[in-house]
Amino acid sequence: MAKGSGGARASPGLALAAVAALAAVLLVSRAPQPEVLQQLKDSFMQEDLAAVREFLRHPTLAKARAGAVEFWEIIGPGGRLHPGWFLEHKGHIVIEGLLMVIIVVMLLQSRFYPRTTEDEDALTDKEIDALCQEWEPQPLVPDISEEDYRPEPPLVQSREGSCYEVLVNGQPALNLACADFLGLGNDADVQRRARETVERYGVGSCGPRGFYGTFDVHLELEKALAQFMGQEEAIIYSYDISTIASVIPAFASRQDILVLDEGVSYPIQQGAKLSRARVHWFKHNDMASLEALLQQIEEDERRERAPLCRKMIVVEGVYANSGDVAPLQQLYSLKEAYRYRLCVEESHAFGVMGERGRGACEAAGLEPGQVEVVVASMGTSLASVGGFCVGHHEVCDHQRLCGQGYCFSASLPPYLATAAAEALAILEGSRGQQLAAQVRRTAAALRQQLDGTPGLTFPGGSSSSSSSSSSKDSSSVESPVLHLQLTPALAAAAGSRKAADMLLQGVADRLLTKHGLLLAVPRYSALDHVLLPPSLKLYVHAGLSADKVPKVVAAIREAAKHVLGPLVKGN
Amino acid sequence: MGQAHHPNAPWYINAICTWALSIVIFCGRIRDLFWRRPQTRKGYADLSDQREDFYNRRMYRRIHDCYNRPISSAPGAWIDVMERVDIDGKAMSTQPDLVGGTRRCLNLGSYNYLGFAAADEYCTPRVLDSLADWGVSTCSSRTEAGTSAIHRELEQLVAEYIGQEDAITFGMGFATNAASIPAIAGPGSLVLSDALNHTSIVAGVKASGAKVKVFRHNDMAHLEKLLRWHIAKGQPRTHRPWKKVIIMVEGIYSMEGETTLLRELVALKRRYKAYLYLDEAHSIGCMGASGRGLCEHAGVDPREVDVLMGTFTKSFGSAGGYIAGSKQLIAYLRRHCPAHLYATSMAPGVAQQIISAIRLMRGEDGSDRGARKIRQLKDNSNYFRRRLQDMGLHVLGDWDSPIMPIMVYHLCYISGISRRCLQRRIAMVVVGFPATALLMSRCRVCISASHTKEDLDYALEVIYDVCSKMGLQYAARQLPWPWCWLRLLLWPPAFGNYRPGDSSSNSSYEKGSSKSSSSGSSWVWAWLAGSSGKAVKAHSAAAAAGKAQPLVTAAA
Repeated sequence: MAKGSGGARASPGLALAAVAALAAVLLVSRAPQPEVLQQLKDSFMQEDLAAVREFLRHPTLAKARAGAVEFWEIIGPGGRLHPGWFLEHKGHIVIEGLLMVIIVVMLLQSRFYPRTTEDEDALTDKEIDALCQEWEPQPLVPDISEEDYRPEPPLVQSREGSCYEVLVNGQPALNLACADFLGLGNDADVQRRARETVERYGVGSCGPRGFYGTFDVHLELEKALAQFMGQEEAIIYSYDISTIASVIPAFASRQDILVLDEGVSYPIQQGAKLSRARVHWFKHNDMASLEALLQQIEEDERRERAPLCRKMIVVEGVYANSGDVAPLQQLYSLKEAYRYRLCVEESHAFGVMGERGRGACEAAGLEPGQVEVVVASMGTSLASVGGFCVGHHEVCDHQRLCGQGYCFSASLPPYLATAAAEALAILEGSRGQQLAAQVRRTAAALRQQLDGTPGLTFPGGSSSSSSSSSSKDSSSVESPVLHLQLTPALAAAAGSRKAADMLLQGVADRLLTKHGLLLAVPRYSALDHVLLPPSLKLYVHAGLSADKVPKVVAAIREAAKHVLGPLVKGN
Repeated sequence: MGQAHHPNAPWYINAICTWALSIVIFCGRIRDLFWRRPQTRKGYADLSDQREDFYNRRMYRRIHDCYNRPISSAPGAWIDVMERVDIDGKAMSTQPDLVGGTRRCLNLGSYNYLGFAAADEYCTPRVLDSLADWGVSTCSSRTEAGTSAIHRELEQLVAEYIGQEDAITFGMGFATNAASIPAIAGPGSLVLSDALNHTSIVAGVKASGAKVKVFRHNDMAHLEKLLRWHIAKGQPRTHRPWKKVIIMVEGIYSMEGETTLLRELVALKRRYKAYLYLDEAHSIGCMGASGRGLCEHAGVDPREVDVLMGTFTKSFGSAGGYIAGSKQLIAYLRRHCPAHLYATSMAPGVAQQIISAIRLMRGEDGSDRGARKIRQLKDNSNYFRRRLQDMGLHVLGDWDSPIMPIMVYHLCYISGISRRCLQRRIAMVVVGFPATALLMSRCRVCISASHTKEDLDYALEVIYDVCSKMGLQYAARQLPWPWCWLRLLLWPPAFGNYRPGDSSSNSSYEKGSSKSSSSGSSWVWAWLAGSSGKAVKAHSAAAAAGKAQPLVTAAA
């Protein structure tokens, strides 16, 4: 190998020499002709020439001259040994052929450049065997039996007529962890339509949308969704977390820019990661931070003279992890000013917020076309499974070719599509509108009455103070997702996240066992990069009628006082 | 089993395909010169990259009627394909324009392997009961209030059925891979992925941040080379040892119909202490004597495979996916898998369909209907594969696999095949460039246990007609040198823009007409073919005799 590499090292020089020699041969074949020499001779001075002739008549010189002439006859132009003779008799072919052979041989050699040191001391098979033998992998997943301090998630044993009345751990409870905000899943029409569809189409779709997995009911649902949202077109996906995780990569790739809120949920983070775009984060719901960031990006672009790229701001209408409502009016003016597209994830706002239940964008007073991409889950107000995206025709059409979760996954089971379509029809009617208004009112009432619960607070301070200080956003109290966090003092007293989690779990347990209320304490994956403080989550839905609100409030206050009271006092 | 034989395209097909593609690309570029791109707002970049969009704009849109065909019936053995406006080779929007009518077609496209797609006497009543008991959806994630008794039952049943310690289920097959792989692999892990793995695996690995190396499809020697090299080298730059090495393969590759070499993989993973992630999306339910998937088929203990992933979309006629593995793995996924924590849990009806299907397959309904379904699927698949091979077509895949791609090679033929087949009431999937290599276009047949012998024979008759007219019998074409050219001259392979109402498409199933070729100059082909391979001879002889089943192979 060393010999081979030595030869390879010299070869570029050799190749150059060969090419130079080839050029020299071609030049020699055009040697100077006799008449040129004659002219050269005539140009000398006559007397000089005479002196030279005198000198040349010397006998020894004459002898030498005769020898030279004889020699020249052999070697000179026309002589037997003159390169010209050789060339005239096709000898150049031999030389050129030889040179070509050298060049070809060199080109056929595997490498022109010296090998790297890595190759020089390459591992032998024996060494590789030994290394493979020595290597010990970590376990496939870490053992979390100690880390997993939280109890098993609640098991719903059965339900009594609606998804709101459930039997959990042998105890009847009001389900406040169910995101069926309007209770349309319990509706007789929805159930009937779903049953009919199962009888007609079976359960599964058995194919992706491209390959005979598009059912007429999918097309109907898409049309109905587009019409409801006042947009040109809608596209449905078969699962909620795959929707936004497919939409973002369809509109951003390596050279593009994504601007995300720090409070976004995991599917958006995954979408951003899959897109490989440049991701910038701004402080949760902080428009000043966003503006500073956009300005910074614009300046950087101007300085680097970056080419035009796709830029998108991604926010949630109602944040799943905090229940906050995004200030969409301000986001809209910022994105217009800095020429960004806006993508709003409306899962927890769709069906409840806004005058017609179109979501947080409508509640903020935005017209349907003003936000480019609106994404929502069908697992909330539509009481089904799946997700959808609405927007301009171009937006949806692009996803039909580039949305991974759309192209490469089996389509939504037909009965879930018809159930969603039926729920949407109800939502569009007056009954749905009344239900939505009721949920909005209940949410506002709950928010107000739960304020000041001992040891618990809403994210970002108490809701009453925030609503009084910023009366611009009256819709923010209507968000149907309520998160109750430990007060900062209490969280500091609890110390670790684990302790805080356990405290809230204690509250939730007491609520379930003593008061028959099922509330969730959200768990976050280790993959989730945005870890908000632990909280107690409550979905406001139509099952929470006006007469139940005071009971729920009293129950939460009692449980909080019982579990957190001693700590609050100790503080 | 054994490694599938990979046929190669005849050189002249590659030549004409390259030529045709260069014409299409050239014309497309010329058109682009005079084409005004849709206006985007000033200061905004285009939504789709214009260069990347070239294929969609200039090629896919001309044949988009071969994809996304809407249907208005259950995806059983026969489906009602809704008729659309004839796009006439024009580049149009991909939104279908329906004209109202439907066409009853034999379904060779859906992944309805065991025939659970349509209403089933055992499953459907149970699904309806579960709808009454549990409603349409739980509207909650699994860790909040979305775990109901039905989910618990499903997971226990799946673990038992697969033969693993525990299992976790998700509401979507794609999300199962895309969300679970990031929980298992991570930075510092090495993923060795088969070249033909599904997009969901690719997405999962991409989201995980693990280092990924691709080995050639089903090439164990290449895999071993990569394993040895990378374990010895450690992580790039830092040369720290890898945290773990995971081999990701699929049970049956959906575009190839080939099974993975599980025995060899298990041996390799044991020797090099790697972990094995097996995606059984297409093999669960249809491989193995009792449908338990590739492990049973290959005679491997399921617990030898570290992660067994699969979907319920295909064989079980439902939706969703599962991961089965050790208790520790499943406990970790229950705690950290985003699809478990954040997504709406599986719809109860969907879960009930899977439970019923599995119970049926295990014979818990008191009949042997499930076992018969599995046997029927195998018989159907092997029968169909044998007959396709006898026709002289290049068919990929292993025996017992219900997926059989028929190689077309020429990208411009696939639309013609798809349209002709649809015209003759066969709904078949054709696959071209983005999903396969440019010169490896194919049409794909998915066999179901619900296909009867008559259905299969009808499909074979149509496929024989269409493929022989297009000149796809690459394996049977044994004509001596000058004659093959004469055949090409007399019968040039038809190009894509086949029009409905073409005279060569009047043979219909209802009439019971079994003429395998009804076109004017078919005698030339019959005559030429008559002097060639015996398989073709058998076909044309049978066709000439006008039998009810013209494709009975005398040779077989």
